[in-house]
Amino acid sequence: MGNTKDCILEVSNLSVKLQDQIILDNVSFRLRKGTALAILGPNGAGKTTLFKALLNLVPYTGKIEWKSKVKIGYVPQSISVKDIPISVKEFLTFKKGSSISECLGAVRLDAKKILDKGLGLLSGGELRRVLIAWSLMDKSNVLLFDEPTTGVDLDSEEPIYVMLNELKRKHRITILLISHSIHIVEEYSDYLLALNRCTTFFGESKEIMNPSLQKTIYGETVCRGPIA
Amino acid sequence: MREGIHTTDFLTYSLIIGVFVGLSAGYLGSIMVLEKMALVGDALSHVALPGLALGILFNFNPFIGAFGFLFVSAVIIWYIGKITKLSYEAIVGAIFTLALAIGILIIPEVDLLEALFGDITKVTLTDMLTAIVISVVAILLTKVIYRRIVLGMISEDLAASTGVNIARANLLYLLLVSLVVAVGLRIVGTLLVGFLVVVPAAAAKTVSTNLLKYSILSALFGALSSSSGVLLAGYLNLPAGPLVVFSGVAVFLATVLVKWSHRHAEPRT
Repeated sequence: MGNTKDCILEVSNLSVKLQDQIILDNVSFRLRKGTALAILGPNGAGKTTLFKALLNLVPYTGKIEWKSKVKIGYVPQSISVKDIPISVKEFLTFKKGSSISECLGAVRLDAKKILDKGLGLLSGGELRRVLIAWSLMDKSNVLLFDEPTTGVDLDSEEPIYVMLNELKRKHRITILLISHSIHIVEEYSDYLLALNRCTTFFGESKEIMNPSLQKTIYGETVCRGPIA
Repeated sequence: MREGIHTTDFLTYSLIIGVFVGLSAGYLGSIMVLEKMALVGDALSHVALPGLALGILFNFNPFIGAFGFLFVSAVIIWYIGKITKLSYEAIVGAIFTLALAIGILIIPEVDLLEALFGDITKVTLTDMLTAIVISVVAILLTKVIYRRIVLGMISEDLAASTGVNIARANLLYLLLVSLVVAVGLRIVGTLLVGFLVVVPAAAAKTVSTNLLKYSILSALFGALSSSSGVLLAGYLNLPAGPLVVFSGVAVFLATVLVKWSHRHAEPRT
C-alpha cells in the first residue's frame, strides 16, 4: 500500500492478551500519511483495544512503529461529563498548543457561543465536535476516533464525517476511525481494516461493497441504506 | 479552660485553624464530591480514631497517630482500588466501621468525646501554625493535580492518552486529604471532620457552572462553615464540631434556595 517513504504507521504481528484472554491476535497493517483508515468489526472484535495498543495504554507483543514527529490525538467512544461543572473553555485548555478559537473553527463551532457553555449541557453533536477540537489542540497530526458519532442523531452524523474528511484533506492529518457503518467506511475512508480479534480484511475501503467481503466480515451480506 | 491561656487566645487560634482547614478541606473536597467519593471523605476521618487512641494510650501526640492511620489507610485504599478497580467508596465502606469500632474500644472513655467532636479549648499556637502550613501546602499541591484528576474523571483513557498518570495523582490526592483531615480533627473531631470535606463542595456544586467557580466556592464555603462554627462555639461555650455542621448545613440550604429561585426565574419553554 503506497511507498514506504510515506508510511506513518507500521503494525506487525500485534497481539494483546488481557486477563488470560486473547483480544488481538497477530494483527498487521501499514498506513500512509494523510489517509483515513476505517476499522470495522463486530462487538468484542478488539477495535478499541487496538487503539489502546496504538496509544501504548495496554501491554502488547509484536511491533507498533509510528514514524517520527507523530502527535496523536484521541477521542474515546464515551466520556462522563454530566456531573462535572466544567466549561468548554476549561476543558479545551487542559491541552496547550493551538488557539482555542482556531480549533473550534476547524470543527465549525462558534467560539463566542460555546466557550462558556457547560460541557455536560452540550448536545451530542456539539460534544463530539468539542472532543474533535480537543484532539486538535496540541497540533495533532494523527487522530484516533473511537466511533466518532456516538450519541449523535442521524442528521448530524454525516456532517461530522464531512468535517473529518476536510481536516484530512486540508491539513494532511492521518485518521483512524472505528465505525459500524458500511456507508461511512465506503464514503469517508481510504482503507479498511476488518477485525475479529485477527485481521479478516485489510485493503481499500471501496472493497466493502463486495458482497463476499461483507459475508466474511459479518457472516451475511449487508443491505446498504443511507447510513447502515 | 487551661491555666495561662486566655479565651481570646484559643478562640483566635481555633478561628484561624478553622479558616485554613475550611479552605483546604473545601478545596480538596471539591474533587471528592466530583469523584462521587463523598463517603470516602466522611469515612476516612473515622479511620483516624484508632490512631488518636494509640496516641493517648502510649502518650505521644494523638494527631500524629491519627495522621499515621489516615496515611496508611489512604495508601491501602489507593492500592486496592488500583489493583481491583473497585470504587474507593466500596473499599472505604468496608474498612471504616472496623476502624471506628477499634477506636471506640481502645480509646479511654474520658477522651472519647473530645476525639469524636473536637475541643477548641485545647488548641495551641503550634496547632495553629501546623494547620496553616499543612493547609497551604495541601491547597498548592492539589492545584497542581486538580486538572489531571478531573480529566481522569471525564475519561481515564483520554487522560492516559495525554500522558497523565492518574494512579499517581490519586495517591497524592488521598495523602493530602489525610493530612487535612488530621489537622481538622483538632477542632471538629473525628466524627464530623468528614463533613467539612463533603458539604461545602456539595453546596458549591449546586450553584456552579464551571470548574474555577466551583473550586473557589468550595474553599470559601468550607472556610465560612468552619469559622462561623468555631465563633459560635466560642460564644455559646459548646463543642465546635456540631456547630460547624450547623453552619455548613445553613450554607448548603442557602445554595439550594439560590438554585431553586433561579429555576423559578427561568422562562418556561
